[in-house]
Amino acid sequence: MSKFKNTFSSSLGKKLIMALTGLFLCTFLVIHLIGNLQLFKADEGKAFNDYAYFMTHFTPIKVVSYLLYTSIIVHAVYALMLTIGNRKARGTNYGAYAGSANSPWTSRNMGILGTILLIFIVVHMQNFWAEYHWGAMPGVEYRTNILTQETTQTDLPAGSVTEYTKFVENGVEITRAKDLYKVTASAFKNWCLVALYVFAMGALSFHLVHGFRSAFQTLGWDHNRYVGLIKCIGVWGFGVLIPLGFAAMPLYFFFLK
Amino acid sequence: MSGTMNLKLKVWRQPNSEAKGSFVNYDAANVSPDMSFLEMLDVVNEDLVKKGEDPIHFDHDCREGICGMCSLHINGRPHGPKQAITTCQLHMRSFQDGQTVTIEPWRAKAFPVIKDLAVDRSAFDRIQQTGGFVSVNTGGVPDANAIAIPKPVADEAFNSATCIGCGACVAACKNASAMLFVSAKVSQMALLPQGQPERYRRVQAMVTQMDEEGFGSCTNTGACEAECPKEIKITNIARMNRDFFTAKFFKQEEV
Ligand code: SF4
Ligand code: FES
Repeated sequence: MSKFKNTFSSSLGKKLIMALTGLFLCTFLVIHLIGNLQLFKADEGKAFNDYAYFMTHFTPIKVVSYLLYTSIIVHAVYALMLTIGNRKARGTNYGAYAGSANSPWTSRNMGILGTILLIFIVVHMQNFWAEYHWGAMPGVEYRTNILTQETTQTDLPAGSVTEYTKFVENGVEITRAKDLYKVTASAFKNWCLVALYVFAMGALSFHLVHGFRSAFQTLGWDHNRYVGLIKCIGVWGFGVLIPLGFAAMPLYFFFLK
Repeated sequence: MSGTMNLKLKVWRQPNSEAKGSFVNYDAANVSPDMSFLEMLDVVNEDLVKKGEDPIHFDHDCREGICGMCSLHINGRPHGPKQAITTCQLHMRSFQDGQTVTIEPWRAKAFPVIKDLAVDRSAFDRIQQTGGFVSVNTGGVPDANAIAIPKPVADEAFNSATCIGCGACVAACKNASAMLFVSAKVSQMALLPQGQPERYRRVQAMVTQMDEEGFGSCTNTGACEAECPKEIKITNIARMNRDFFTAKFFKQEEV
């Protein structure tokens, strides 16, 4: 066990932890984005509210979500430890340092970008996650005619729905849920919040452009055969597509709803 | 004189490792563009000696880019503005007349300043001593070519072996990490049959010593690779990481 401990306290071990937690967070982003795409569905938020309930109550997902929170904390704590260690390793700072001549800006500013993201995560979880769990959420009722599949939606007063219920009555499927969709829609009417979200997604893009590829380098996965693919996924997938997808959500509610 | 140039130098002066250093300005007049950077400093030093002042201390030896002794962080970059050369191979034509040139020592906790621009790089020697070798029994001389080594492997090992231990990688890295150096030394032997018996012991010992010396942790910025005078590639770092993790997680029998 002590051998394991000093594996993870070595410089390479700490890097390994950064890489593994980082990649885990990357996979989470993909799932999170795909799930949230339901916000764009024109169904008064039914699919999204069903999904929100499922994500917070299905046991395997709950387990993974605790793993996720742990990963965020571990990633941030190790980053802090490494940064402090790295500052110490320099000792005296250079009078002139031309970092831009030899390395990309993103690679030299992962700490700043990460800090922005951490602040964002706290705000984001406060906005939706904490609200969903403990806030006085507005309720919503959907009535779907099973034959025609026509759905009507009624707002229920805040705090009236504490339990998700779904049942069939006279050929009509009735769903009562906490209306996270509505909370999202109204939150993104606030331009400050929209600006913060879009800005944070910019930071996410820069963080992942370096981070994704860097994780594989740390793991030692840099074979010529696939390193091009990793770079491509890192830049286009995680640097462009994913942040754009997320940024589209607040913008969509702000401008189009 | 025509065709010569005048430079303003901002040089780090520090009497010894304990003292607090500072920048001192000097004029380098009538510098020939064909001089090497070190020759330019020699001329400045001659002037200082004539004036009875303490000459600027800097490291040098072969002056042809093979020994790794010269250093100098010039205008924010190790070995100056050019790629793939050492400071002794840097010519004054890489600078412009009237330019200000800032000259600093390598900055790393593990490379304490001895005096002025000269730093103590014995941390590298101590890392080497923990594993940067192969053990060979005495006895009859083995047959050359008795062990076949494929050409691409030999080439790659040779590329790694070209590291001259100058420390520019540490100097360039924003984290003062020595991983490019250590990985080159690990790789050159991990790639060859002769290096196999000690392969996993070596990588663990060298990484441990590297950490003990107080070098930083790599964040894969690639600055080392860009500044290395011998163009050592960061694929060496990936290789070192693979070997280290293999040793730690899958090689229980290794120390
Ligand atoms: S890896 Fe390159 S920069 Fe680092 S010590 Fe070796 S030759 Fe110098
Ligand atoms: S003095 Fe030998 S490499 Fe520059």
